[in-house]
Amino acid sequence: MDQFTLNLLVVGATFALYIGIAIWARAGSTAEFYAAGQGVHPVMNGMATGADWMSAASFISMAGIIAFGGYDTSAYLMGWTGGYVLLAMLLAPYLRKFGKFTVPEFIGDRFYSGTARFVAVVCLIIASVTYVIGQMTGVGVAFSRFLEVSNATGLYIGAAIVFAYAVLGGMKGITYTQVAQYVVLIIAYTIPAVFISLQLTGNPIPALGLFSNEVHTGQPLLQTLEGLVTDLGFKSYLNQSDTTLNMFLFTMSLMIGTAGLPHVIVRFFTVPKVSDARSSAGWALVFIALLYLTAPAVAAMARLNLINTIYPQGVAAAPVSMADIEGKEELAWVRNWAKTGLLTFEDKNGDGLVQYVGDKEVNELTVNNDIMVLANPEIANLPGWVIALVAAGGLAAALSTAAGLLMAISSAVSHDLIKGQLNPNISEKNELLAARISMGVAIAVATYLGLNPPGFAAQTVALAFGLAASSIFPALMMGIFSKRINNKGAVAGMLAGLIVTIVYIFLHKGWFFVADTASFSDSAPMLLSIKSTSFGAVGALINFAVAFAVSSATGAPPAKVQDLVESIRVPKGAGAAQSH
Amino acid sequence: MADKSSSNAYWAANIRTIMIYLVVWFVCSFGFGILLRPMLAGIKIGGTDLGFWFAQQGSILVFLVLIFAYAARMNKLDRQHGVEE
Repeated sequence: MDQFTLNLLVVGATFALYIGIAIWARAGSTAEFYAAGQGVHPVMNGMATGADWMSAASFISMAGIIAFGGYDTSAYLMGWTGGYVLLAMLLAPYLRKFGKFTVPEFIGDRFYSGTARFVAVVCLIIASVTYVIGQMTGVGVAFSRFLEVSNATGLYIGAAIVFAYAVLGGMKGITYTQVAQYVVLIIAYTIPAVFISLQLTGNPIPALGLFSNEVHTGQPLLQTLEGLVTDLGFKSYLNQSDTTLNMFLFTMSLMIGTAGLPHVIVRFFTVPKVSDARSSAGWALVFIALLYLTAPAVAAMARLNLINTIYPQGVAAAPVSMADIEGKEELAWVRNWAKTGLLTFEDKNGDGLVQYVGDKEVNELTVNNDIMVLANPEIANLPGWVIALVAAGGLAAALSTAAGLLMAISSAVSHDLIKGQLNPNISEKNELLAARISMGVAIAVATYLGLNPPGFAAQTVALAFGLAASSIFPALMMGIFSKRINNKGAVAGMLAGLIVTIVYIFLHKGWFFVADTASFSDSAPMLLSIKSTSFGAVGALINFAVAFAVSSATGAPPAKVQDLVESIRVPKGAGAAQSH
Repeated sequence: MADKSSSNAYWAANIRTIMIYLVVWFVCSFGFGILLRPMLAGIKIGGTDLGFWFAQQGSILVFLVLIFAYAARMNKLDRQHGVEE
């Protein structure tokens, strides 16, 4: 069977599964649509949260980023997992006790302010739309590379699938589909990693293989890799190149950004009890850790394999020739990926060989971060079904995250804007209809942006984390842990954190991401060595400070609000959602 | 709702627990993984040092233990203070 048929079969089978679940898990009420009826088992919810959280960025990009960035990029590993500790202890249980459907709804009630709720809605929509663009382009890339359809056709197919289960089933359909998608994506990520770890180290567990000896040289794998990259003039894999300050703040921004992303927080509204919200965060991290403990192994091993492929006789001898790349069977993957433009090679010095070295002037091979995971099975010459599985896994990761984000967007529109502000007397039936229509519109917008990605798509991810870290996380935390923060303080704090962070990002990336309007660059940042991607943590600090200052200068919140804070602090009395 | 003094004691115990767990969270990620890495450079593991391991794997394992330990501890506190669901 040829590779194309295999890909088609495996991806087709997973899609059939998702559609089947969609039909089985239709939503009949707003409680089911927004929060899956609050009847999801914590382990299942943890699995769904894992799929929801692990996006195309985690599945496709992260190992590639680490492969080329080395130790410095550990910030992603710590940041994208450490946020769950904050969620479990500082946010999830109390928000579950509060027992309503959306993050802006809590902010609006706790700070008794429509303005606060509106600011939260705006942050939520910007952060989520930004994220969706990345997922949709990921879907397009996976389809065009593995199923030989055009990027656009791939996007339409992906959007149609999400439409089917998200609009029909709402949070209920999405949750159960995400459970299936998690299983697909973790198998797809782990199997090639196990094969490669066995080949290189003889250890079947990649996370252990990373710190084992390499079979050919007999010395530790990381030491072998470090020797090769430094011989070729690349930056060290093991040592720190970034400043300590920037690495610290970047890790912190990713952590509190993770804890503040609304599509992750709402997952904890779906479990039956407060104690389930705590343990569910743990289960989510178990399922996330399965991938995140494997990712650094995939990164180091893929980089090693890449170098060994280009320098088959060792880095002291000549690299592969242009003729080898055009003709040799085992280098077919280079030709395949060159077609996508994500891998390029040119013979700059005309010697007929492909030099892969750290010096950009001399280097003749460039490999995009995003293809390391997808090309990994081909680089290691793994069987065809593994390649097909990786394609299905990449699609599962992108689609599951897209659905979670679209859910967050549509509930913000139908519940916070339409029901909360425009038409409070809307009937449940009409609200459900409004939720479904806004979901449809959100999918259409996401598909359009996926087809015409703005040039700044990749950079806006910094914006999404910056917004969540500097506005949403501090507002939620203060709402729970302080009875003194009032409406004025919260709004002033959120706006201060938000504006300072956005301005700092725009000063480095250009106003509204128009590149030539930037006054600074991330290689020479405005403040100390703080890159714009690391500024969310500073924004959060400003938010806390302003909120405290303004609140202490103005009156305490009303008794009713203080009682609300008292009641969310204790688990007792958390029933089903009070929808009104 | 439970009576006021009981829920105050419950909340104080919760805050204490959170503080202790956050110290561990900080030391095992930002500490061992970044700030204190030079101090741990002497401890070798698999071709690199302990700080590298904490940054890439150890911190994640500690996070896992922390969340489940917190969930268990809070279930116990919920019962002791009579505020469980």
